[in-house]
Amino acid sequence: MIEVRDLKKSYGSNQVLNGVSFLIEKGESAVIIGRSGCGKSVLLKHMIGLLQPDAGRVLIAGEDITKMNERELIRVRQRFGMLFQGAALFDSLTVAENVAFAFRHNRSLAPGDVGRKVAEALEMVDLPGTEDKKASELSGGMKKRVGLARAIVYQPGIVLYDEPTTGLDPIVADSIDQLMMRVRDRLRVTTVVVTHDMRSARRVGQRILMLHDKKIYATGTPDEIFASADPVVRQFINGVSDSKDLNF
Amino acid sequence: MCIKLSPTAQGNVTFHGLMNLSAHKWLTEWLRGLGRFTLLAAEAFRSLFAFKVTWRDLLYQMYFIGVKSQSVVLITGAFTGMVLAAQTYFQFHKVKMDTATLAVVGVSMCSELGPVLTGLMVAGRVGAAIAAEIGTMKVTEQIDALRTLATHPVDYLVVPRLLASHIVMPILTVEAIALGIGAGYVVGVQLLGIDPAYSWYNMLRYTATEDLVMGLIKAFIYGGIVAIIGCYKGMNCGEGAEGVGHATTEAVVYSSITILVTNFFLTLTLGKILHTL
Repeated sequence: MIEVRDLKKSYGSNQVLNGVSFLIEKGESAVIIGRSGCGKSVLLKHMIGLLQPDAGRVLIAGEDITKMNERELIRVRQRFGMLFQGAALFDSLTVAENVAFAFRHNRSLAPGDVGRKVAEALEMVDLPGTEDKKASELSGGMKKRVGLARAIVYQPGIVLYDEPTTGLDPIVADSIDQLMMRVRDRLRVTTVVVTHDMRSARRVGQRILMLHDKKIYATGTPDEIFASADPVVRQFINGVSDSKDLNF
Repeated sequence: MCIKLSPTAQGNVTFHGLMNLSAHKWLTEWLRGLGRFTLLAAEAFRSLFAFKVTWRDLLYQMYFIGVKSQSVVLITGAFTGMVLAAQTYFQFHKVKMDTATLAVVGVSMCSELGPVLTGLMVAGRVGAAIAAEIGTMKVTEQIDALRTLATHPVDYLVVPRLLASHIVMPILTVEAIALGIGAGYVVGVQLLGIDPAYSWYNMLRYTATEDLVMGLIKAFIYGGIVAIIGCYKGMNCGEGAEGVGHATTEAVVYSSITILVTNFFLTLTLGKILHTL
């Protein structure tokens, strides 16, 4: 479903990704973990064509999207839903308008059908009746839920999550985890989650990929990763800093 | 002349070498920017014909750019007409040409001051607002969100603003011209005592339709300049609040300079074309 082959990306002299390769099967739930600033979000944005690599390929259902222009990518992106780290809600629009945004140019749907789909999506993320609120009136957790409703309302085949629980308290983070699992199981979508929240990774992921030193360093089921004796993996799971990391 | 670089630099670099390097870097960046701007303008132009703008978006932008700019534009037009009438009268009075005052006001307001000052005022108000809004959308990943929702940012953000700006600028310019001439008439006739009948007659005699047409064509073009530069600066702004701040300032500065430079060439070109028709 999603295949990344030898992906390389640099910003000036700073190389972020250097030969990243992996394959995510249809319906699979994969979690990409790694330290802050290691290039997880950059990698995720390559999967939906928001960034162009310096080298390498990204294949979505066998189609190379790295060679596509912005107009061609529109067709591919109709398969995707994405939840951004800061939710990225359109602050000039209401919750309902945000969630219904993907239907703006879909003339085949009657306004009543759009309203029903929006209500269903908001129901699924436990925010019924919030249609008329503005994005600025919502809390961080509510924004993420609305962002998730917006990402799933048109039932995409692939949902990407960029740091879905970052900045949330443990209870709200848990509810977001529950929602991701609900979406995964009910809609049977291919899920890719980028996070450094190990609790979330263990619950949501069927497979964990660890990005380290600009490459995929380790891959395996959550149990395999958590049982790993590799010092780099262990250090990340246990959240232990090196003495050199204290030089800030 | 030789200057020494820091110990990390290898060897000595001549002053001219350093200047050449800076000039090369600046030129490369400038050319890159020009390329990006051209691509955005071309994409917007294509999208104008291929993409259906929703009425709601277009009307909102016309309201924001047009209706909300009226007070600024009307005040500018009125006081420009008044000052122009007074200054022209002071000079013409010396050679007993008082009744030609309104003719100068009419021609100047229609062909030059009306469109240029309206363009500059709209650049200050709307160009800055467009750059700030789109720039904020960029730094908060809202533009990326648009793209993930299978929407081309040019279709949704640029085209309605560009179209609305093209439509409302000539209307705002006509308002500024009308008020400028009206205010000039009041100053000339009521305050300075110029003969009203001859003033009006001379104004109609010397202000040709071509002057108004030239002003409207200019206003249409300036509308496009303000919108496209505002959108370009917003979509290419740097990170954070500082990036949005720079984008906003640059949108106003570049729009204003482009309007002033373009005005010279438009005056020459349109003057030749319209007056030979």
